[in-house]
Amino acid sequence: MLVSTNWLKQYVDIDHVSTEQLAEDITKTGVEVEQVFEPTLVSDYLVVGYVTACDQHPNADKLNLCQVDVGNGEIAQIVCGADNVASGQHVVVAKPGAVLPGGFKIKKTKLRDESSEGMICSLQELGIDEKYIADDYKDGIYVFNESVEAGQLAAPLLNLDDAIIEFDVTPNRSDCLSILGMAYEVAAMYDHEIELPNSEVDQAQEQSSDYVDVTIANEEANPYYGAWVIKDLTVTTSPLWLQNRLISAGIRPINNVVDVTNFILLEYGQPLHAFDYDRFGSNQVLTRMAEEGETIQTLDGEERTLSSHHLVITNGEEPHAIAGVMGGEESEVQDGTTTILLEAAYFDPQTIRQSSKDHGIRSEASVRYEKGLDITRVKEAASRAAQLLASLGGGQVLGDIVEAGSTSWTPYVISFTKTEMVKRIGADISLEEMTQIMERLRFDYEVDGETITVTAPPRRQDIVIKEDMLEEIARLYGYDNIPFTLPIGEMDQGGLTVKQKRLRAVHDYLQASGLYESITYSLTTEAKAQRFISPDVRELNVSPVKLAMPMSDLHSHLRLSAVPELLSSLQYNVARNQYNVGLYELGSVYTQTEGEGTQPDERVRLAAAVTGLWENHPWQGVQKSVDFFVLKGILEGLFDYLAIDGIEFKQGEIDDLHPGRTALIELNGTVIGYVGQVHPTVQKEHDLQETYVFDVNLDALLAVTNTQAGYKPITKYPAIAQDLAFVVDQSTPAAELAEAIKEKGQPHLESVRVFDVYEGEHMEAGKKSVAFNLIFQHQERTLTDEEIDQARTAIVEYLQTQYDAVLRG
Amino acid sequence: MKERLQSIKEEALQQIEEVKDSKTLQDLRVKYLGKKGQITEVLKGMGNLSKEERPVIGQLANEIRDAITEALDTKQETLEQAALQQQLKEETVDVTMPGKPSQVGGSHLLMNVIRDIEDLFTGMGYEVAEGPEVETDYYNFEALNLPKGHPARDMQDSFYITEELLMRTHTSPVQARTMNKHEGRGPVKIICPGKVYRRDTDDATHSHQFTQIEGLYVDENIRMSDLKGTLNTLAKHLFGEDRHIRLRPSYFPFTEPSVEMDISCKMCNGHGCSVCKHTGWIEMLGAGLVHPNVLEMAGFDSEKYSGFAFGMGPERIAMLKHGIEDIRHFYTNDVRFLKQFHQV
Ligand SMILES: [Zn+2]
Repeated sequence: MLVSTNWLKQYVDIDHVSTEQLAEDITKTGVEVEQVFEPTLVSDYLVVGYVTACDQHPNADKLNLCQVDVGNGEIAQIVCGADNVASGQHVVVAKPGAVLPGGFKIKKTKLRDESSEGMICSLQELGIDEKYIADDYKDGIYVFNESVEAGQLAAPLLNLDDAIIEFDVTPNRSDCLSILGMAYEVAAMYDHEIELPNSEVDQAQEQSSDYVDVTIANEEANPYYGAWVIKDLTVTTSPLWLQNRLISAGIRPINNVVDVTNFILLEYGQPLHAFDYDRFGSNQVLTRMAEEGETIQTLDGEERTLSSHHLVITNGEEPHAIAGVMGGEESEVQDGTTTILLEAAYFDPQTIRQSSKDHGIRSEASVRYEKGLDITRVKEAASRAAQLLASLGGGQVLGDIVEAGSTSWTPYVISFTKTEMVKRIGADISLEEMTQIMERLRFDYEVDGETITVTAPPRRQDIVIKEDMLEEIARLYGYDNIPFTLPIGEMDQGGLTVKQKRLRAVHDYLQASGLYESITYSLTTEAKAQRFISPDVRELNVSPVKLAMPMSDLHSHLRLSAVPELLSSLQYNVARNQYNVGLYELGSVYTQTEGEGTQPDERVRLAAAVTGLWENHPWQGVQKSVDFFVLKGILEGLFDYLAIDGIEFKQGEIDDLHPGRTALIELNGTVIGYVGQVHPTVQKEHDLQETYVFDVNLDALLAVTNTQAGYKPITKYPAIAQDLAFVVDQSTPAAELAEAIKEKGQPHLESVRVFDVYEGEHMEAGKKSVAFNLIFQHQERTLTDEEIDQARTAIVEYLQTQYDAVLRG
Repeated sequence: MKERLQSIKEEALQQIEEVKDSKTLQDLRVKYLGKKGQITEVLKGMGNLSKEERPVIGQLANEIRDAITEALDTKQETLEQAALQQQLKEETVDVTMPGKPSQVGGSHLLMNVIRDIEDLFTGMGYEVAEGPEVETDYYNFEALNLPKGHPARDMQDSFYITEELLMRTHTSPVQARTMNKHEGRGPVKIICPGKVYRRDTDDATHSHQFTQIEGLYVDENIRMSDLKGTLNTLAKHLFGEDRHIRLRPSYFPFTEPSVEMDISCKMCNGHGCSVCKHTGWIEMLGAGLVHPNVLEMAGFDSEKYSGFAFGMGPERIAMLKHGIEDIRHFYTNDVRFLKQFHQV
């Protein structure tokens, strides 16, 4: 909302305050200021000139040599290149010394041997946007067509001395979508008087009701409709003052009729519509809901199809306007229109909102209707408009407005006590200060003891409940004047839950193990949402949740794994020459387990993707690419860190992963995720070298309570180490052998670790040698050789029978 | 014999003095002190000496043996020292060569901001509450005083999944959910971080997915001044003790009054510069007193209870704090970006 300070000044005194100060004050107490536009031009060197003579320049075909009276009988010779300059015109002259927008300095000069003492200006040269300029003056200088005098300062005439404030009006403050509303706001802020515009109207003997009759078919959608007839007027250009007002608000002047309706829209916030009475096609106005499929040609030339939730203004048959949104072309006011049917109505905000949305039209009118107007001022606004139309168009306003429906308004009455306000605000505001604020706001109120009862004015639709009054009091008392306190109450423990702490620990661990925390988008493509899904998610048998109306295919489906987006992140990095990247993400995947249309489960999963060198220390000869065991090691470390037992890695296969380098991760026999190499063809799709990923159900991990907690005394008896190597079939999983050894080595075998695997030369084809390091330990004594031998024998025998394993040397 | 012993001593000391390596020194030890060494050889002739001479010569021989032993030991030590020095010299490395890099990752800047705010508030007795990202229309809007058809729903154009289900547009539904759980009994003190989604085209200042962190405090006797004090604490924690805040009126359907909090511009110290659009203030977050409708819908008696709520965007905070110019940096996971913020 653009507010002209020159205009605002007509209703409230702001002369004592700078525009900058005004902007800051309003921001702090009421409405946020977006921007301040300082005056484009204020200059004593810019005056009205009267062209007394205009001849062709003796030395240039395209230039004119003008003699211009610039006031006080001073005649200046000015060379002017505009085609439309002529003697007898009042024009804008920039005298030597003037500085035009863009820093253009006017000097006395000579043009083709003729001296030129200034410049006759076009409106563009004065900084007025071309979109506001009438066609007549677009390609030439501006010519005043109303009575001005040579020597008069030109800037005020063209409103170039106006500072304009742009406000960001919040949806609740529809009252501030008008200059009057802003005037009330400023008056309350500074405790100033407010001067309301004159809305008296001189009415002719002839009655509007002789011309028109109004019927409302749906009072809910259209509570009030008023029609006024103005006769015998001439459609013409608006006077400069009116044009200036519209331009200051960003509206292009069109003709006196349209301009007056726009002026009232800006002044009162009340949209009006002017129909050409003679082309309206009947003498009755019927407002009703449109019929399905009914059409109307709107002012913008578009043919629009209506439906039954659009309110239309008809002549009893045909729609002539989409109520509150846009008028119809058929009865548009144009040159030659002489009789106006002026509409002043109140439409239901919801109805207008729907209509505006459906037709994709957000007009100055619809924006105001849909936020709610002051219904009690509709007639006042119409009255002022009618009077202006008559006076600017030379017509006459016929006897009283023809009405249907009602403008009655049930005000909100709000009671509160001084004590409760003080208690909620936390500032010691006196009863007197509160009533003073009511005075400033011009709210009707009564005081009884310390109870204040306020009747909210209809212009302030946002004042409904006690808390709204709290806001009025607090903001006008000044938020700056409220002290800083902290809540008085019992000290709560607060803090993170065990799960939240463990989650943070997971982050710490992963970061310490070399991965960067990442955040990717939860919404991905349909194709990506189908990939890299862990079997434990896959078995839920859910499809990715789909948006009803995605903005693009890139973000249309909710992910079931973070891996696909992480791979895209790797690709992004590699494309920027960052080849060694390890990312992890801890976030939700969305599984609609209860069926389509139900709220999905959100399971927190841990995903990672790593590519490039994992160790990079070339001058000492260490350069190792990431491999399967790097990621497996990170996970094993994590499980250990979280003290989780019962984890097994099992050879497995998953689409998009390398079939020989994929492990399913099981927790107590249930799959909770996978780790593996991205399938070489998928790597290629992403322009990636060898890349490894994992995806694990973190919720499942965090649900496991720490079973290893508790202190185990450190024994003083020595541990005994034994190395055993077995030759087995290549396909025998090492972990299985280790598990068997652990079982058979009891009761004193504490740990088993694979420390070497060998296959190839010196080894029978299809065989491999696996070496284990065994640690035996007794907590209370030293183990005997016999005990160790017994265990060893049991192990060797078992592995031999079970796996055909041969003990090496 | 005396003379013989004396000359052995002199000769031995002389030779020891000249030794350059421990092998030669070992040879000298054998030569003079060994079982077949020179001193032993000389002493073999003791039998020819008189009874009186024997102890004298014996003692002299011992003295000489001791002297040579000491000289040998001293020399031995000197040689070992020299050898060690030599070894150390040979082992010298170029300490300016790069060390072997440890594999260290790091946290995401947005999460740093969130954790920092969580820590501040959990220290003040708040709990961290979370909720679903796919929300019901009820919790995302209706429970927050945004009934169907409310114009302010437009402010948060959303990704719907069905008519009743959408990607949450803010973390406020967590407030409604948590209040519900409290069954009308205060206090409720929570901080709610999380991902939110809006229909925005991704560009330098918009992201269809972003994060929010909100705070809620509901109890008897919560005042506007408490909100002001709490926000002041937060602002100073995030941006430094010398920052000031101001509140100004705003509008959110779920709070009444609603305010926006500005923080004095750090760049110009409040005097006005291009960063703060010459106002001296930078918009930081939205807040307000919880709307009585929201309290009532969540089962709280709005006459007895009041509360404040505030919400902010970690992206915005991070951008302000570090001068980051493009919101998309938070979601591309460019390691050149990630690496800059993992320091403590
Ligand atoms: Zn600044």
